[in-house]
Amino acid sequence: MNRRKFIDFFLGGSLVGTIIAFLYPTIRYILPTKQTEPVVKKITAAKVGELAPNTSKIFKFGTSPGILIFTPDGELKAFSGICTHLTCTVIYESDTGTILCPCHNGRFDLNGNVISGPPPTPLEPYNVEISGEDIIVSKKS
Amino acid sequence: MKKLLQNIYSYLDSRFMLSGLMEFAKKKKVPEHKHSFWYYFGGICLFLFILQVLTGILLLLYYTPSVDAAHESIKYIMSQVKFGWLIRSVHSWSANILIGAIFIHMFSAFFLKAYRPPRELTWITGFFLLLIFLAFGFSGYLLPWNELSFFATQVGTDIAGTIPLIGKHIKTFILGGPEVSGATISRFFWLHIGILPLLTVIILGIHVLLVQVLGMSKPIGIPESEVKEVPFFPNFILKDSLGWMIILALIGVLCVFFPWETGQKADPFAATPLGIKPEWYFTFMFTTLKIVPSHIFSVEGEVLAIFAFIIGGILLMLVPFLDRNAAKERRSPVFSLIGWIVVLYILVMTALTYLLP
Repeated sequence: MNRRKFIDFFLGGSLVGTIIAFLYPTIRYILPTKQTEPVVKKITAAKVGELAPNTSKIFKFGTSPGILIFTPDGELKAFSGICTHLTCTVIYESDTGTILCPCHNGRFDLNGNVISGPPPTPLEPYNVEISGEDIIVSKKS
Repeated sequence: MKKLLQNIYSYLDSRFMLSGLMEFAKKKKVPEHKHSFWYYFGGICLFLFILQVLTGILLLLYYTPSVDAAHESIKYIMSQVKFGWLIRSVHSWSANILIGAIFIHMFSAFFLKAYRPPRELTWITGFFLLLIFLAFGFSGYLLPWNELSFFATQVGTDIAGTIPLIGKHIKTFILGGPEVSGATISRFFWLHIGILPLLTVIILGIHVLLVQVLGMSKPIGIPESEVKEVPFFPNFILKDSLGWMIILALIGVLCVFFPWETGQKADPFAATPLGIKPEWYFTFMFTTLKIVPSHIFSVEGEVLAIFAFIIGGILLMLVPFLDRNAAKERRSPVFSLIGWIVVLYILVMTALTYLLP
């Protein structure tokens, strides 16, 4: 390597190094930092007697919504409130007894299975148990 | 007074070479023919962009980009600030008309085959401007933090999330986390008033420079005898400004009779409201995703539909290189037919959005 080539390499390398020294912190600054929130596995979704038959409630399950349904048969069911199509929050339609995603008309039965519309997979079901006055919803392990 | 103005002009002229610019504007000719009407939409887009910048700067004075204050600050602008309702309505209405004008401008350039050489880069920069303005619309829609915009953002970013391999990373980057939150509003604000305007100035600058350097294209097949040439200044500019005044009057009427809504404050833990729709310019994609089956040949329908839109977009961008007939100054009816099918598809899907339950 002659002197000219060495200087070209040295200056070129310094330029690349300078660009990287600017870009790396900028890119790391722009990328979102990972938030370490406690993973919620169990939550009190409602109080006993809060829901009338054939009604529902959206509750906060960690950072996502869940849906608790008191079916016309008197059964309590809970699912993830996030539609498996494009993550809109679902609602319970009491007149049809089904769960509807209002964004793209995806419809689920009371077991969370897809009846119609574009959702590709069922809603994630949760366990429901009653402890004293509380209706406890937990993730299925 | 006249002498003072002359002195000011000659002072500026000797420093900025204004007479050279004036000469250029006077010498520059614009073709005039039976399709000339469509040329004015480019100028209308530019005018509406300027309006966006001016009203956007004014809105910055009172708007606060945070989950707790965004919706309240919009309500404050609409109800307390003098003429706040007008400034915000002009911003929102002109944004929507701007997207419409960009679509008209793009499709008129498409059907007049204005993309053919040497104007390929004019077309490609125009295509990127369309994407940038759709991003402006999408990011601006969330800023009032109302329930419609919240769920539209959730759906829109989840569409990005379905892109194989990189989708989840893109979604997290756009949202600033796993879901729509305070970090999202900060990021959308940063995009809306920082990154996108910067990109627009650069790409729009290239686009306008190319139009000035290469001139406006003449449609294929129009005999030379039917094409007149008129001076850019003052003839074309005067007609252009007439179009701007008409658009301004239309925006004024719309703002007075239909001031832009504030909506209900977004609640991330509320059910999605019934009948939710995105802004009209995204509805053709929205309805496609609504009617597409959950699985097509064992592939998720939504993934296939999104993939089709991406491929369609890339083909649209590359059309100057695909249409070999137009490049040789020959008619290309196949491309026109495809264009009409796309226009019809967009119109039908948009109409279905408002007609389907």
